[in-house]
Amino acid sequence: MRKLALSDEILMQVEKPARYIGNEVNMVVKDPAKVDIRFCMCFPDVYEIGMSHLGIQILYDMFNKREDTYCERVYSPWMDMDKVLREKNIPLFALESQQPIKDFDFLGITLQYEMCYTNVLQILDLSQIPLKAKDRTNEHPIVIGGGPCAYNPEPLADFFDIFYIGEGETVYDQLLDAYKENKQNGGTRLQFLEKAAEIEGLYVPLFYDVTYKEDGTIASFEPNNKHAKKTIRKQVEMNLSDTFYPEKPLVPYVKAVQDRVVLEIQRGCIRGCRFCQAGMLYRPIRERDVEFLKKRAVEMIRNTGHEEISLSSLSSSDYSQLHELVYYLIETFKKEGVNISLPSLRIDAFALDVMSKVQDIKKSSLTFAPEAGSQRLRNVINKGLTEENILTGAMSAFTSGWNKVKLYFMLGLPTETEEDIEQIAVLSDKIAREYYTIPKSERNGKVSITTSTSFFVPKPFTPFQWTRMAKQEEFIAKRKLLSAKLKEQLNNKSIKYNWHDAELTMLEGVFARGDRKLCDLLVEAYNNGCIFDSWSEHFKFDMWVKSFENLGLSMDFYNHREREQEEILPWDFIDAGVTKAFLWREYTKGKEEVVTPNCRKGCAGCGAKVFHGGVCYEPRNDAGESLIQA
Amino acid sequence: MEIRIKFAKYDTMKFISHLEVMRYFQKAVRRSGLDVAYTEGFNPHQIMSFAAPLGVGQTSESEYFDIELHTAPSMEELIDRLNAVMTDGMRILAAEILPPPVPQVKRETAMALVAASSYLVMKKDGYEEELSKKELQDKFKEFITQDSIPVIKKSKKTEAEIDLVPFIFDANPEGKTTEYSGQYENGTVFYLLLSAGSVNNIKPDTVMEAFYAYLGKEYNPYAYQVHRLETYADLSLRKVSQQEIARRVKEGSMPERKLVPLLEYHKN
Repeated sequence: MRKLALSDEILMQVEKPARYIGNEVNMVVKDPAKVDIRFCMCFPDVYEIGMSHLGIQILYDMFNKREDTYCERVYSPWMDMDKVLREKNIPLFALESQQPIKDFDFLGITLQYEMCYTNVLQILDLSQIPLKAKDRTNEHPIVIGGGPCAYNPEPLADFFDIFYIGEGETVYDQLLDAYKENKQNGGTRLQFLEKAAEIEGLYVPLFYDVTYKEDGTIASFEPNNKHAKKTIRKQVEMNLSDTFYPEKPLVPYVKAVQDRVVLEIQRGCIRGCRFCQAGMLYRPIRERDVEFLKKRAVEMIRNTGHEEISLSSLSSSDYSQLHELVYYLIETFKKEGVNISLPSLRIDAFALDVMSKVQDIKKSSLTFAPEAGSQRLRNVINKGLTEENILTGAMSAFTSGWNKVKLYFMLGLPTETEEDIEQIAVLSDKIAREYYTIPKSERNGKVSITTSTSFFVPKPFTPFQWTRMAKQEEFIAKRKLLSAKLKEQLNNKSIKYNWHDAELTMLEGVFARGDRKLCDLLVEAYNNGCIFDSWSEHFKFDMWVKSFENLGLSMDFYNHREREQEEILPWDFIDAGVTKAFLWREYTKGKEEVVTPNCRKGCAGCGAKVFHGGVCYEPRNDAGESLIQA
Repeated sequence: MEIRIKFAKYDTMKFISHLEVMRYFQKAVRRSGLDVAYTEGFNPHQIMSFAAPLGVGQTSESEYFDIELHTAPSMEELIDRLNAVMTDGMRILAAEILPPPVPQVKRETAMALVAASSYLVMKKDGYEEELSKKELQDKFKEFITQDSIPVIKKSKKTEAEIDLVPFIFDANPEGKTTEYSGQYENGTVFYLLLSAGSVNNIKPDTVMEAFYAYLGKEYNPYAYQVHRLETYADLSLRKVSQQEIARRVKEGSMPERKLVPLLEYHKN
């Protein structure tokens, strides 16, 4: 019988006890006593979210392929469990062995969004590991962070021993070998970190000193240890068809947010939207071989029993073998009751054919992400989607029977005017008008349009990394303006408007482009009860405001300041392939409303060519047309 | 063809809810590669129906579900194939092909057949009380031989006083643990055979609560592990509608019970 870390009595008194017992389908079982390295992989959010993340599944599979390593998992205990663990002083444990994480060699934490940062502190705190790396001894696990937020690791610099910059498939083996060797030789924590700092892509924040100017911007950022490199080069897996990809993903008992097989068809994006961090970070675009994907799709469905498979990429329509792959999946899984879902698809004849085969037209909706209402502003952000694309796409879907449309926009984009905002309302209405040009007898009832806006947050390694973010009251005014403009439209009764929270956006902005001074702020906020910030029922904006005041820090400094070209940005020490010169060029072109063609149409010289592969070395063609998502 | 499958849910799997068990088996059956039938439409699912749901925290060696297959291997092979894809704490114990449906007659689902369940109620270690095991057993015998055991039965809307005696079909304080029940050092195990199903479903905790009330104490549900031993159908009620049963219960004109395990029902 498996021994659990928690008593029946505790488990019976919390919501969804299955979050804490492990034993999921395809869980890896090893004898912890018989391995050299114990690694605990953490997603710092609740189980159902964490279990939906593909990256952890890839790394879990990769680590456990090593005989000398046992990789286990942990997720943020929900508030009810958090309370019990604190009251009873029970150290946080890994799901597989149910043993305390503080006794592991590594704790790896994936950083997928800024609003999980207080949860990182919760994980360390409940694990009974000192929050700050400088306070840890040889007895404590090495705490390593990765994921998209690691591209600006500075707001978390104090809490991590190492950050892994880039894709996990490349240098973890080197790191684990170095750890094992150091352990066998009786080396210290410091000696190991010095070895780690020499591995490409690994950043040891303790080995760098930052000084600030009087205005709070960075004066210098310098290594203080001879093993530490001046710049850290991001890691990229250049052969995605011959690398780790789990054949047997974990299947939870509790329904995960992503309750399906996820097939990552490619990494990167050719589009170059100027607000999009992923589109810049994951350059160059690299495709997985279609035969590799077919094989994995079948294996993963057989090994998980999932009833759905979802293709994952930033822009599926740009995958060159998409038709072959999709028709193969439909054909193969037709009789097995397996659904196929295709997010981020451009609406064309192929998309409509596929969608009519895999979903119920009456229930499903078309999705477009114009991001900005006017063509002028779409040129600024380099979103190569025209009004004509949208109206034509929508119309061909309407005549095929669809009547639901979802539209996604951002408010607060650089150079945005009231006119641009009004155009969101006008475009929403135009789509509805388009629908009603179809004769009544041929229409499928009323049209339903859902227009959603989020507030724009400038991100590192994008052309907008220098830009001023709008203030909270400006965002609210923009939202109200749009609301009013929507009400003026002819078809306003067919348009539903959803918007995001402006307070949360403020904090996202702060942490996205923050520096090391924010480490103490995080501790202060955490001590003031901030946790699960991305969950509206737990988000305490007043406590955040209080924490900023207590430490004499200002949100305005991080959010509402146009940065100078010369300013040393906190993430400048990372070499992400795309150069600062390219990003500045794009920022300038954006302000001039000049569009940059996608990677397949022409090379914009972003710098990603240094990785020696992907689209940078493909023969060019004119296949890439404007993107419409569905 | 329709197959009835009996499984055990034990060890740490007791923390998996009924809804999660249903999801689990939809995926497990697909992993097993059995030739299962799906519903039509854009969200096809397997045609699967479960008998009496088990509460979170309870273990069982008599859970049942029915499933529709296009073609079936031998029952031995079917059991092996399903067991090959089970996680620890889930075990397929038996399977039977149900007789083909009679034209015009609606098949009784596994759920509709449930008339009684037997349980072990085992005291967990670490919950000692003043009464010794022997004293508890003696008191239990006294408790169970009362003429009536009135309890307040609460539903979402109503509260009604009922007498438990007619619904406790058998009970004794000398239950024997099994391979799947687990066991505790203190050795206090009660056996209960209780009315179950959609009409008069009596939970073991309701009986134990009444027992502790009889002792003049507060019942701590965490101090006991409930384990379902078997789920029964009542042959005497064959082809009798639920409304008819409810009427007869009210009148007190129920025929003599002929309980058979769910898997035996169609053999009789």
